[in-house]
Amino acid sequence: MGRDLHCLTLHAAADGLARGDFTSVELTTALLDRISSIDANIGAFLTVTADAALSQAAAADARRATGEVNRLDGLPIAIKDVLSTAGVETTCGSRMLQGFIPPYDATVIRHLRTAGAVMLGKTNMDEFAMGSSNEYSAYKVVRNPWDLGRVPGGSSGGSAAAVAADECLAALGSDTGGSVRQPAALCGCVGLKPTYGRVSRYGLIAFASSLDQVGTLTKDVSDAAMLLGAIAGHDSRDSTSVDTPVFNYLADSDDGLHDLKIGVAPQYFGKGLAPSVGSKVREAIGTLVDAGATEREISLTHTELALPAYYVIAPSEASANLARYNGVKYGLSDVNASDVDEMMAGVRAEGFGSEVKRRIMLGAFALSSGYYDAFYLRAQKVRTLIKDDFDAAFEQVDVIATPTAPTPAFELGSKLGDPVAMYQSDIMTLPASLAGLPCISVPCGFVEGLPVGFQLIAPAFEEERLLRIARLFERFRGDMEAPAREVDSL
Amino acid sequence: MSAAVSSDYRAVIGLETHVQLQTESKMFCGCGADYAGDEPNTHVCEVCLGMPGVLPVINRKAVDLTILTGLALNCRIPENAKFDRKNYAYPDLMKWYQISQYDLPLCEAGHLDVVTSGRKDRIGVTRVHLEEDTAKLSHVTGSDGSPASLIDVNRSGSCLMEIVSEPDITSSAQAMAYGAKIRDLLRWIGVSTANMQDGELRIDANVSVWRQGEATGDVKVEVKNMNSFRALGRALDFEIDRQSRAREAGQAIVQETRGWDEDSGLTVPQRTKEYAHDYRYFPEPDLPPLLIPEARVSGLRLRLPRMPDQVAADLVAEGCPAGDVEELVQDRVLTEFALSVVGEGVMAKDAVTWIVHELRRVLNDRDVPSGQIPLQATEVASLLVMRGDGVVSSTMASEVLDEMIATGASAAELVASRGPQISGEEELLAVARDVIGENPQAVEDYRAGKARAVQFLMGQVMRVTKGKANPGVVSELIRRQLDGVE
Repeated sequence: MGRDLHCLTLHAAADGLARGDFTSVELTTALLDRISSIDANIGAFLTVTADAALSQAAAADARRATGEVNRLDGLPIAIKDVLSTAGVETTCGSRMLQGFIPPYDATVIRHLRTAGAVMLGKTNMDEFAMGSSNEYSAYKVVRNPWDLGRVPGGSSGGSAAAVAADECLAALGSDTGGSVRQPAALCGCVGLKPTYGRVSRYGLIAFASSLDQVGTLTKDVSDAAMLLGAIAGHDSRDSTSVDTPVFNYLADSDDGLHDLKIGVAPQYFGKGLAPSVGSKVREAIGTLVDAGATEREISLTHTELALPAYYVIAPSEASANLARYNGVKYGLSDVNASDVDEMMAGVRAEGFGSEVKRRIMLGAFALSSGYYDAFYLRAQKVRTLIKDDFDAAFEQVDVIATPTAPTPAFELGSKLGDPVAMYQSDIMTLPASLAGLPCISVPCGFVEGLPVGFQLIAPAFEEERLLRIARLFERFRGDMEAPAREVDSL
Repeated sequence: MSAAVSSDYRAVIGLETHVQLQTESKMFCGCGADYAGDEPNTHVCEVCLGMPGVLPVINRKAVDLTILTGLALNCRIPENAKFDRKNYAYPDLMKWYQISQYDLPLCEAGHLDVVTSGRKDRIGVTRVHLEEDTAKLSHVTGSDGSPASLIDVNRSGSCLMEIVSEPDITSSAQAMAYGAKIRDLLRWIGVSTANMQDGELRIDANVSVWRQGEATGDVKVEVKNMNSFRALGRALDFEIDRQSRAREAGQAIVQETRGWDEDSGLTVPQRTKEYAHDYRYFPEPDLPPLLIPEARVSGLRLRLPRMPDQVAADLVAEGCPAGDVEELVQDRVLTEFALSVVGEGVMAKDAVTWIVHELRRVLNDRDVPSGQIPLQATEVASLLVMRGDGVVSSTMASEVLDEMIATGASAAELVASRGPQISGEEELLAVARDVIGENPQAVEDYRAGKARAVQFLMGQVMRVTKGKANPGVVSELIRRQLDGVE
C-alpha cells in the first residue's frame, strides 16, 4: 500500500477507496500529518478541523462498508475561508470576523457533506477575497510551495497552495476577477471558475455579488470535473443561480480535437505579458493544434477596458456588501465604546485592513450622487461591450485560449507598495469574469522553476465543452518535467 | 393656530405611507411575518439577521399584494421592475443597506379621490413600491443606570410597501381624509390590517407653505412620528402655522426632517439637509430584474373586489342615507354582509341603516369582530322582513338579534317563542294605566311640556310586555291617557 496517500488526485484516491487499498481514515490521517508537518512553512490553513475530519472519515468508512457510496465519499477536501461552515470559524481572512462561528452551511458545503466529503479545514485568503497575492490576509502570508519566497497568488492562495503542497486532495475557492485561476496558475494546479449562476452563491461571503462564483482548485482536470459535479446546480436560495441541467462533467469522450476551433486574441499577448510566459502559452496552443484543432485569430477589442470597469463595479458592490460589519451583530465588537456610533466607526477602523478600506472608499465614491452615471453606469456599459466581444468571438470559435496570469509567481512584498501593479496581475482573468463565462486555468509548463498556466474560456454554461478540451490538452501535453519544489526540501 | 396668517398662505403636502403587508413570511426569507406580541428575536434567521454570505429571495405574495394595491389606486403596472440597494448606516438596519426600489417601482402614476368638507379632490399617487422593514430599536436604561439600546430583529425584513402621493394635498383635513381612505382601501382589498397605532401603517408628510399666487419652490420639510390620524392632522396644522409665521416674519424655511412630539404638540428638528443621506442607490445584484407579464396583472385585476366608492354610489342611488353608507363601506365584511341581506329581498335602505346602527351595536356589545359575524345573511333578512311587516317591533328585533348571536337560534324560532306582537288595545290599555299610575313624575313632566316623558312611559310598557307591545298603539294609548287625565 502506497504511503504517499497525500499525493493522490481525487479520482485516484476514489479508486483506491473503492478497491479497499486504504480507508478514508488512513487517507485523512495522511493529509492531517502532511498539514502538521509542513503548513507552518506554507500558511495555507487558517483552521484545521482535525477531529471533525477524522470522525467524518470514520463515518465515510462505515458507509462504504455497508453499501454503495458517492464517488466523493471519504475524500478529504479543504475549503476557502470565504464559505460559511456551520459550527466552524469562518473569518474571510479578516480580523473583522475573528471568532465568528456561522450558524449555517453554504449550499456548496451542504452538497459536499451530502456527498460524504471530509472537510480538513479552512484555507487562508486575502481579506474578503480582495487581492492577488494572499498578502492581504489579516492573519498570515501564504508561501508558494515551489518557491517559499514567492506569493501563491490570490485571493484563493491558501486553497491553491494547499493543493500544490499536497495538504489536501482538492479545495474549493472563490473567483471574482481571477481569484481561483490566477493562484492556480501561480501554484501549478488546475483552477476552474464555472459560469456565473452555475454554482450557488448562498453562503459564499460576498465581495462583488455580480461577479463572485465558487470554483475548484485541483491536481488535474478530471478532479475539477468531479468536484464541479458535486457542487453545481440550481439553488432556490440563490435567485441568480440558473436552472439549467448539470451534465456529467466526467463523461469522457474521445471525439478528439478535429472539429475544434480555438480563438486567440492579440489583446492578451501584448504589453504586460512576460515573454517567457507568452511562449509557454503559445506552446500549449500548439499542442492543441498538433492534436487536430484549428487556431483562429479573434479580436476582443475592449479587453483593456476590463480592468478599469472591474475596479468600479467590484468595489461598488463591495462597499454595500461589507457595510454589515459594524460590530452590532457578530465578529469584532467594542463594548467599551461610549455610544453605538463610536462603536460602529471604531470597529470598522480596526477590523478592516487597508486594501479592504481602499476598495470600500472607491466603491462608495463611485456610487455617490453625481458620480454614479460617470462611474458605475459607464462601467456597466463597458461590461456589456466586453460581453458582446465574447459573444461575437464565440460565433467563430469554440473556445478561447489566453495566458492566465501575465507573470509567474512574484516575490513576497514586491507589489505591496503599488496597488495598481497588484491589480495588473488579474488583467487576463477579469474580462471573462465580467462576462460571467466559464474558464479554467491548466498548467502548461515552467519558467525559471515556476509553474505557468494557460486559460481556456468557453461560452456560458458550456462547462462540459471546457472540461473536455482541457482534459484532452492534459492528455496531449503529457507529464511535464517538473523542477524541484521547495516544499519538498522542508 | 392663527387663521389670519394662514389665509395668506397655501400649504403643499405630499404623503409617504408605509404599509406592513399581510404575508405569511418575510420579504426575502422564510421567517414568519406574524411576530406581534412575541418575544424579541424569535422570528429571525441568517437572512434577516444579515449574516455574512446570505442571499435574498423575493416573496411572490408581497409582489402580488403591492400590484393589487397599485390597481386599487388606479396605477400603471410597468412590465419591468427591479430592486435596488439603498445604503445607510443605522444599527436597526442589519445589512446597512435596505433592499428597496429606486427608479423602477412596481406601480406608477395612479390617483385616489378624496372627499373633504363635501368637496371631492383627486390626489395623485406617484408610485407604490416594495421594500424590507428594519429591526426595532428601543432605548432603555440598563441595570447599572447607564443608557442602552436594544434591538428586536423580529420586524427586520418584513414586507413593507410604500405609497408615495403627489404634493396635491392642501390641508390637514385633506391629509387625514387621504390617510383614512388609504387605510380603508388596504383593508378592503385585504392587503394589510393597517392599524396605525401598531405601526402597520406609518405616514410621513412633506410640507411646504407658499404665499397665495406665488410659485411653488422646492424647499420642503419632512414630518415624521405621527402615530394616529389625529396626530397627523395636529402635526400638519402646527407645521403649516409655523412655516406661515416664519415666512411672514421674513425667515427662510430650512429644508429638514422634523419629528412630531405628541406630548408637547410640537414638531422638532431631527436632522438638516446637510446631514441628509446620499443613499448611493444601485441595482440589487443578488436579485434578477422583476418581469411582470401582463397576464399576471390581469389575473390580479380579477381578484380585485369592487371598490368601496362604487359600492357606496350604488347604495346611495338605491336610497340609503349617505352617512350610513360612508360608515358601512369602511368595513368590507360588513358591506358584503349588507349586500347579501339586500340580496335576500330586504330594501337596501332598511338593511344598511339597520346593519350600521343595530348590528354593529350588538356586535360591539358582544366584542365580536365584523370578520366573525356568527349569522347567516338569510337569518338577518328574515328578521328584517318580520320587522317590516310589523310582526316584531324594532325593540324586539334588536333583542332577537342579540339572542340570535348568543344562542345561534333562528330569527323565526326566537320570534315564535316570544309570542307575537301585542296590538290589542284592551290588553295594552291595562298596562299603560298601571305604568302611568306608578310614574307620577313622568306625568308631571308631560304636563310641563316635556315630550320625552312619553318616550319614558313607552319604555316602561315595553319592559312590562317584554318588548312585545306594538309601539304605535302604545304611543297613541299613553297620549290619550295623559291628555284624558288632564
